[in-house]
Amino acid sequence: MSPDRCASLIRLLLAGTFLFAWMSASTDAAEINISYLRRADPKSTLSLIQTPAANDGLAGARLAIDDNNTTGRFLNQQFSLEDVRLGGGADAAAATMALAERGVSLVIADLPPDGLLKAADADASRKLLFFNVGAIDDRLREEDCRANLIHTAPTRSMLADALAQYLVWKQWRRWLLVVGSHAEDKLYGDALRRSAKRFGARIVQEKVFEDTGGARRTDSGVVQIQRQLPVFTQGAPAYDVLVAADESEVFASYLPYRTWDPRPVAGSAGLVPTSWDGSHDQWGAVQLQDRFMRQFSRRMTARDMQAWTAVRMIGEGASRTRSADPKAMLDFLTGPDFALAAFKGQRLTLRDWNLQLRQPILLSDGRMIVSVSPQEGFLHQVSELDTLGIDRPESQCRLK
Amino acid sequence: MTEKTSSGLFPRRRSLHFVGPRNWLLAVGVFVLIGGQASAFTAYVSNEKSNTISVVDTDKFTVVKTIKVGQRPRGIELTKDGKFVLVAVGDDDTIQVIDVRTHEIVANLPSGPDPELFTQDHTGKILYVANENDNTVTIIDVERRVPLGEVQVGVEPEGMGLSPDGKILVATSETSNMAHFIDTETRRIVANVLVDARPRFAEFKRNGSEVWVSSEIGGTVSVIDPVKHEMKKKITFDIPGLRKEAIQAVGISITPDGKTGFVALGPANRIAVINGATHEVQKYLLVGQRVWHMAFTPDEKYLLTTNGVSNDVSVIDVANLKVIKTIQVGELPWGIAISQQ
Repeated sequence: MSPDRCASLIRLLLAGTFLFAWMSASTDAAEINISYLRRADPKSTLSLIQTPAANDGLAGARLAIDDNNTTGRFLNQQFSLEDVRLGGGADAAAATMALAERGVSLVIADLPPDGLLKAADADASRKLLFFNVGAIDDRLREEDCRANLIHTAPTRSMLADALAQYLVWKQWRRWLLVVGSHAEDKLYGDALRRSAKRFGARIVQEKVFEDTGGARRTDSGVVQIQRQLPVFTQGAPAYDVLVAADESEVFASYLPYRTWDPRPVAGSAGLVPTSWDGSHDQWGAVQLQDRFMRQFSRRMTARDMQAWTAVRMIGEGASRTRSADPKAMLDFLTGPDFALAAFKGQRLTLRDWNLQLRQPILLSDGRMIVSVSPQEGFLHQVSELDTLGIDRPESQCRLK
Repeated sequence: MTEKTSSGLFPRRRSLHFVGPRNWLLAVGVFVLIGGQASAFTAYVSNEKSNTISVVDTDKFTVVKTIKVGQRPRGIELTKDGKFVLVAVGDDDTIQVIDVRTHEIVANLPSGPDPELFTQDHTGKILYVANENDNTVTIIDVERRVPLGEVQVGVEPEGMGLSPDGKILVATSETSNMAHFIDTETRRIVANVLVDARPRFAEFKRNGSEVWVSSEIGGTVSVIDPVKHEMKKKITFDIPGLRKEAIQAVGISITPDGKTGFVALGPANRIAVINGATHEVQKYLLVGQRVWHMAFTPDEKYLLTTNGVSNDVSVIDVANLKVIKTIQVGELPWGIAISQQ
């Protein structure tokens, strides 16, 4: 390098240092604004206690904003969250453009898969970074993956693999599979079938539970249910466990204690694979659960955790890169230095080929955590967490 | 009303007379002094699940007594005068004080909610406690058993390390991923150093030249210059056959001469032995499962580690860097402190 160039480089570096010092000394904190984009339609469930709260997901994001701000105090960074609710007919693409026009660049999205893709694709110039905290569809990480879309929600295949590993470890290898009649139920059924094959379980029979309509709340429904369900599960070949795929909340919660043969239930009811549960208390999780309960007077759900994780990832990106720039943040989050602590006993990292967060999956019976997958003995050459879900060599994702 | 008859930090509830079973204890003590080796120290191991303290004779390496304490005992230390064991019982929101002679709980300290780790100043009169639940460090006057104040830190403070001159307290916050440097006189934060994910423990070298901070989820140890507040070196660990996720740095002990550091690697079931000067890993010692914390015997011959999942304590011969013994203790052993007695 010539002495002239060297001197100009030094000048540049000095200028940079002064600029940084000036920025650090300035009393105005760097503001990092995040939008939480979600649909307004609430989900109805069979069990009254599982009906999502109006702030399901959003509350987790709010808690993470508080956590980020506690850290941000020391780094002169201030985080804020704006709740953007889309009404029934509202267009996710238009909403995204409106956000972009207002200068928002970080979006937590809790949208159905099609809406999510519309939102991500509306950002044609790739100036925004989206975090999917709701949709578990594998296709969003496979053929429909996007380079501006990070996923903290696990996939159906990750959930199904987590359950399958445990059932196989337990030597409950013969499954009676019952799948609902809606599209999402069928996708979950596909994921469970794939997991059974992958980990050596056998589906001895498969049944479809048709949704014939009707209300989830009735005054004396229980009388009929306890007569219908035994008959529905009567005459099955010998099996160890009934695995139900019912994301539509039509029948699975009716199965436990009502099968013809006395068998445990797993999948959409009974033993349920999930990214989080209000009963999870290991690896320091009690602190998070306590903080959440104190602030929102309810237990923390999987959606809350997925949103907390996304906002914490933004917090980590901002504190390590000292920037709110989505590009710098994405580079950091997909790089070797990113590791998130999220109360699951090990570091969470991103799969750089499809931007899916690697994470252990909890198996909950609704009151307690029964186990955490990956199970011991399921090995992998890169990360045991990659034994859950579609792995790099099988992936159809080409990020662009 | 408090009695003021004791010369120590804690007034005794009743005076001590060596009568009845204590005569027998005394006899055993005399026997140990005559018949045993010089290294008859006592280790106190907190068992997180059993709600007990295992009292271990470091001469015979056996459990000689089990003390029942409050719920979820973790952080444990001896008072500077060696007369009491302090143990943080997180789920009871207090630090219990145990008389080492009677093995009875004689006091509860106002530690703030959910205490986990704490440290004392060199006089033993002031205690600094990490309160994970409300992002504070609580400062307690041990003698008067009153809180003196608190310092707001990052999310989920845990590790607490005091500089040898007592002027700087390092608190680590697990979710903020920071080591906070607190001036103990003004009780203000003077610097924050970002470290890897979930920092859990801070340990100064005896000469004050370095503070080591372990990151559990990051799986590293940051060596920080406590004057410049700069990272001098980041120690990483690479164990053949183990995935990165299984290597989780937790407890740290450094020999008084500063030449060798020991780092517990949690579910990697190993203690890393580190050259104190070059910060290179020299060796990995296989111990029990999910190793948490450790303590030297006062003669520095042995290092005892608590192994959470296998319910035991491993004994390391410090000179030969070999694991020589395993001692079964209570369920989920977590912290350890060793006294001269």
